[in-house]
Amino acid sequence: MKLTDIASQGKPTFFKEHQNKLYQSLEDKHTTIEELDVDDPLNSKMILNMGPQHPATHGVLRLLLELRGESIIKTKLDIGYLHRGVEKIAENKTYQEFMPYTDRMDYLSPYSNNVAMCLAVEKIASVEVPERAKYIRMIGSELARISSHLLWLGTLVMDAGAISFFIWTFREREKIYDIMDNLTGHRFTVSHARIGGVANDITPEAMGMIKEFINTFPEELQNYHKLLDRNRIFFERNENVGVLTTENALNSGAKGPVLRSSGYAVDLRKLKPYSRYDDVEFQVPTRLEGDNLARYYVRMEEMHESIRIIRQCLDKLPKGPVRTDNAKQAYPSKDEVYYSMEGMIHDFLMTDTGICPPEGAEAYHAVESPKGELGYFIQSDGTGHPWRMKISTPSFANLQVLENILDGEMIADTVVIIGGVDPVMGEADK
Amino acid sequence: MIEFLENITPSTTMALVIHAMIPLGLILVYALFAIWMERKVAAHVQDRLGPMRVGWHGWAQTIADMLKLLQKEDIIPTDASRFLFRFAPFLIFVASYAAFAVIPFSSGYIGSSINIGVFYLLAITSLLTLSVIMAAWASNNKWSLLGGMRSAAQMVSYEVPTIMSVLSVIVVAGSLNLMTVTEMQSGNEILGFLPNWLIFQNPFLLVAFVIFFVSILAESHRVPFDLPESESELVAGYQTEYSGMRWGIFMLAEYADMLLLSLLGVVLFFGGWNSPFGTFMDGPVWGFFWFMLKGMLLVFVMMWIRWTLPRYRVDQLMRICWNILIPASFVNFVLIALWEMIF
Repeated sequence: MKLTDIASQGKPTFFKEHQNKLYQSLEDKHTTIEELDVDDPLNSKMILNMGPQHPATHGVLRLLLELRGESIIKTKLDIGYLHRGVEKIAENKTYQEFMPYTDRMDYLSPYSNNVAMCLAVEKIASVEVPERAKYIRMIGSELARISSHLLWLGTLVMDAGAISFFIWTFREREKIYDIMDNLTGHRFTVSHARIGGVANDITPEAMGMIKEFINTFPEELQNYHKLLDRNRIFFERNENVGVLTTENALNSGAKGPVLRSSGYAVDLRKLKPYSRYDDVEFQVPTRLEGDNLARYYVRMEEMHESIRIIRQCLDKLPKGPVRTDNAKQAYPSKDEVYYSMEGMIHDFLMTDTGICPPEGAEAYHAVESPKGELGYFIQSDGTGHPWRMKISTPSFANLQVLENILDGEMIADTVVIIGGVDPVMGEADK
Repeated sequence: MIEFLENITPSTTMALVIHAMIPLGLILVYALFAIWMERKVAAHVQDRLGPMRVGWHGWAQTIADMLKLLQKEDIIPTDASRFLFRFAPFLIFVASYAAFAVIPFSSGYIGSSINIGVFYLLAITSLLTLSVIMAAWASNNKWSLLGGMRSAAQMVSYEVPTIMSVLSVIVVAGSLNLMTVTEMQSGNEILGFLPNWLIFQNPFLLVAFVIFFVSILAESHRVPFDLPESESELVAGYQTEYSGMRWGIFMLAEYADMLLLSLLGVVLFFGGWNSPFGTFMDGPVWGFFWFMLKGMLLVFVMMWIRWTLPRYRVDQLMRICWNILIPASFVNFVLIALWEMIF
């Protein structure tokens, strides 16, 4: 008799084929089936289903864990519970119509997604973006990065057990929401970038709020450092937990802060600067340890660097239009639409047909989103709709790391490691 | 107290029942207050207001919650062991309630002034472990099981340092009767103004108190040792499958346990019902006031810690207990004994 027959232990009743396949893949992960485990004659292994409904899996991530006592022997990931077919939706929308959908992918930093998508379309359709718009995009993206990292910090510490921290970081995020409200008109799903620029210029109120935020936030960040950097419990929970070597990180395709904390300093803002990242000075925080603590330090440093970038952008912000003045490539301004016939026709055409890249054109453009390299690959058939849009999302790539680093850890570490890798399921499942 | 009750009630039995029910009334009122206080402490730590709508600053919020819990459907999972599942919440409450029998609430009231009070208290609170495992096992849920097993390991381990630190107090006090322990802490003679509380009598008793406090945090499942019900990883641990009033009883027992262990700490280290100002504001009624005030201060510290610190992992928890607390408490015990022998 096979004592380790997992599939019979699982007894799936829902989506049988999928479940059986998943249990089987957990069974097959490292070894083949043995008749009787000599180390474990009492068969004390337990299969634990963590998620998709679980308070700490950041949405609908599902983990299948094989446990012996409290320690994890093997892990399998099951994702796709938040699949909405975003890439297919894109094929039936004009480029501009699709832009709001990108907000819903990585909903913690919608601004970066907007920018990533618009940059890819601008690349394929050869649209020139005014300088001012580039700087506004950078400011927005860096604010989004801080917002995303703040949520990561709150959930990481909350998963480690300190619930209050989550609310403290949300207090700061609230300020960013207010800035976004004034800057873009929306608090959460901003949809601010437009093909050929941004929707509107920074209002004086938004400018004041951003300046106040970058002046007060470093102090708040110092408070977080004071609270966590010498916190013995936080340290013990994160040090040497979920260690990812550089090699493993590269092999499993980790991106962004996860890769950088494993000792591989790659940041697209430095490597292939887009917008005007080549004009601002900043550093790429990198750590060598590869454990959860390294991920914590890397992301904390990134917030400092983001503040630096915003500060420089505000200093350098040039004057001028915020959207390209070419009616074949971008929406005309509302003044034109309301008061001139041509403007109205252009507006109608942009909404109906949209921007048409040349037939057969292909382009890939990636940005450094808070979670890593977020890339859009577009194939055009000459119409206003993409023939195919493939989105390469960092959360999806980073989730692959989990199966690797969860093996051999304790069950209490799973939540901390998931918190450290910081996946967003909306982005991973698309 | 019992004589007074016999005078005003028609029969002795009734007097005894009322005498025994006094701590129950106290626990219920305390739980209402403590749950409200926990939410207020949490809210103010987290920069918000907490319950504000039901009554003045939301004081009646807990009553409203209790009413809601009473109306909830009582769900027992299909594969659960029905008898044990129903029995566990009552056993856990009985265990913490029974332990209140030996707590001297004031110079005028103690449930039962027996000479093995401390021993009885420690023995009866061990039932808590049993009921937690019972709840976990009966739920037939893997999360509950993990929580229950963690709790068993944790409570059994942390009982050792608790008992050792309690024993070191007993060495100084020379009695297992908590009433006697309290009575010997009367007066303000240390350095001319400090009360004669045990914590001021012997420097090593301060260490004993630290060990005791850390251990009772673990025994009553409070952060940073709240592993049995750690909500981020184990959903709700052994309480996962409980709903409605059964869950409410677990909650009540948890708060009762907190109070019980805090009160034990007050009796052993902070002079029980003795006033901190010598004979000023002394007497049975004031004694009760001081006793509860000191107890609630310890409860407040527990809440404060809960909303500030992260949680330890299970292996780190065990390491703290076996590598640090147990050796420290043994050494401390010997040192206290030596101090008592010399001075």
